[in-house]
Amino acid sequence: MNEERKGLKEKITNSDIWKSIFRHGYEDTGRRYTLQVLQNVWLHLHPPRISRHALHFRFTWCMGGITFLMFLVTAVTGVLLMFYYRPTGEYAFLDIQALEFDIPFGMLLRNMHRWAAHGMVISVMLHMFRVFLTGSYKKPREFNWAVGVILLLITFFLSFTGYLLPWDQLAYWAVTVGTNMARATPVLGHEGPFAPTDITQANDVRFALLGGTIVGPSTLLRFYILHCVAVPLVASLLMALHFWRVRKDGGISGPL
Amino acid sequence: MEPFLELIKKPDNVPILAILFLIPFFLWLSYKQARQTDRTGVPSDAALNDKVYVWPYLCRNEFICAIIIMLILGVWSIMIDAPLEEPSDPAKTPNPSKAPWYFLALQEMLVYFDPWIAGVVLPGLIIAGLIAIPYIDINPKGKGYYTLKERPFAIGVFCFGFLILWIVLMIVGTFLRGPGWNIFWPWEEWDPHRVVPLTNVNLSYLFGIRDDLTANFFGFAVVAGYFALGPIFYFWKYKSSKFLQQLGLIRYVIVSFLFLSMMALPIKMILRLALNIKYVWVSPWFNI
Ligand code: HEM
Repeated sequence: MNEERKGLKEKITNSDIWKSIFRHGYEDTGRRYTLQVLQNVWLHLHPPRISRHALHFRFTWCMGGITFLMFLVTAVTGVLLMFYYRPTGEYAFLDIQALEFDIPFGMLLRNMHRWAAHGMVISVMLHMFRVFLTGSYKKPREFNWAVGVILLLITFFLSFTGYLLPWDQLAYWAVTVGTNMARATPVLGHEGPFAPTDITQANDVRFALLGGTIVGPSTLLRFYILHCVAVPLVASLLMALHFWRVRKDGGISGPL
Repeated sequence: MEPFLELIKKPDNVPILAILFLIPFFLWLSYKQARQTDRTGVPSDAALNDKVYVWPYLCRNEFICAIIIMLILGVWSIMIDAPLEEPSDPAKTPNPSKAPWYFLALQEMLVYFDPWIAGVVLPGLIIAGLIAIPYIDINPKGKGYYTLKERPFAIGVFCFGFLILWIVLMIVGTFLRGPGWNIFWPWEEWDPHRVVPLTNVNLSYLFGIRDDLTANFFGFAVVAGYFALGPIFYFWKYKSSKFLQQLGLIRYVIVSFLFLSMMALPIKMILRLALNIKYVWVSPWFNI
């Protein structure tokens, strides 16, 4: 019986189909551990080996990884939310209401998306704090710190553009307050210092951002596209660069 | 008390409550390690050459971490519903109107500076300053481990900016600002009709200057004098300070400019709160 099972297992793992998918076995050797990382597209941003201290929670606080996890959660739940949401003045609010009351697990979906987004803002701030405290921005990681600063801004901007989408009072006025500052941009805002006289409410930077003189349906569409397409795309590219650089700059920093 | 409890219970403010626990915890965790290093010295090379395989050791940690975080997120999402208020109405302005919590430190700056400074110039300087950090901090020590002793200035300045000017102002904006963006203490009722008498005066007025042109020059002199503190300090200390000689003039100018710009916020806050100063410099084009 046992022999038979072993034979069957051998047959499967030796078949062309199996071998076309899995490139290595599962033996307990250093060679296999290395292959496991090198031959897996999801793991290969890791080096095969890292120094022991980089494993410790007390050193990295896991905060970079948690930020990335939160990003993945928002990406998955965000795509699901897009099935139910139309970014127009007529429907946006009603669609969110439908999510809450009509759609199975709609409320849970919305909650997970929102709390993961807030979680990402918290973890990215803590990640930056940790990187500063361990002096990990120092040579040769200067550039990766700069990439990180841009990622920090992108995280804020992702969260901010998403804030408008429920199209309720909370969303509307938070975004109104947040974008009001653009009025005062020097030179380019109609209330800013040094603004030329032909810069008005209807052609300054705030107008470009909102697609109008106040937050309105065209703002909703703009923020929707930024939130669901443009900014996540840039964020993904920069994260790839960020992770790549962590590795190329010699892995997680340590006292050497 | 009631409005404060309402604020605490707002689902969107849960992250701030979380921060109130997380920041002290991580401060404690890093302080402990910094003390350890400062007492026993930086770990030796031998310990560092100790390498482990990513699979399974790191991947296992990542996996466990992901499970724990997903559990927390799951419980959070089941327990607390995302807020949905009435449909948006451009004609009904809530009082106070607050930006999302992570922007409240910026909104708080609007109290002390005109929008072009608080909303555009200072955020721009924060970003530029953050990116500049690795290039202006030339201290080679303290790379890859926690320490206080080896970089007290860098850590002090960053913690002041991050913990006080960002986190604390965020908490003030969230929990203490009420109607009219006035400060309401937790035990106070929100009075939408509270009018705080505006007795603010400009700095030049305090010095007895009444005509605009003189006031303009006076303001310019004060601001210029403030930023001149940087170069003055440089030339005063250059000979005796090895650190300044290593830093070099260009780096020093950037460091001192960023530092003085950052300190302008608490200084303006103190001027406003203690002396009711509105502007330090009033010119025909802008006010500071
Ligand atoms: C979307 C945002 C971000 C993601 C997903 C992310 C992710 C990560 C991850 C997974 C690591 C590996 C080590 C760790 O977990 O601590 C890392 C390291 C690093 N991050 Fe980020 N990060 C982000 C934002 C930032 C920000 C805002 C900064 C700084 C301003 C930054 C600077 C760095 C640096 C310098 C390292 C190398 C640290 C070392 O070698 O010890 N990152 N990041």
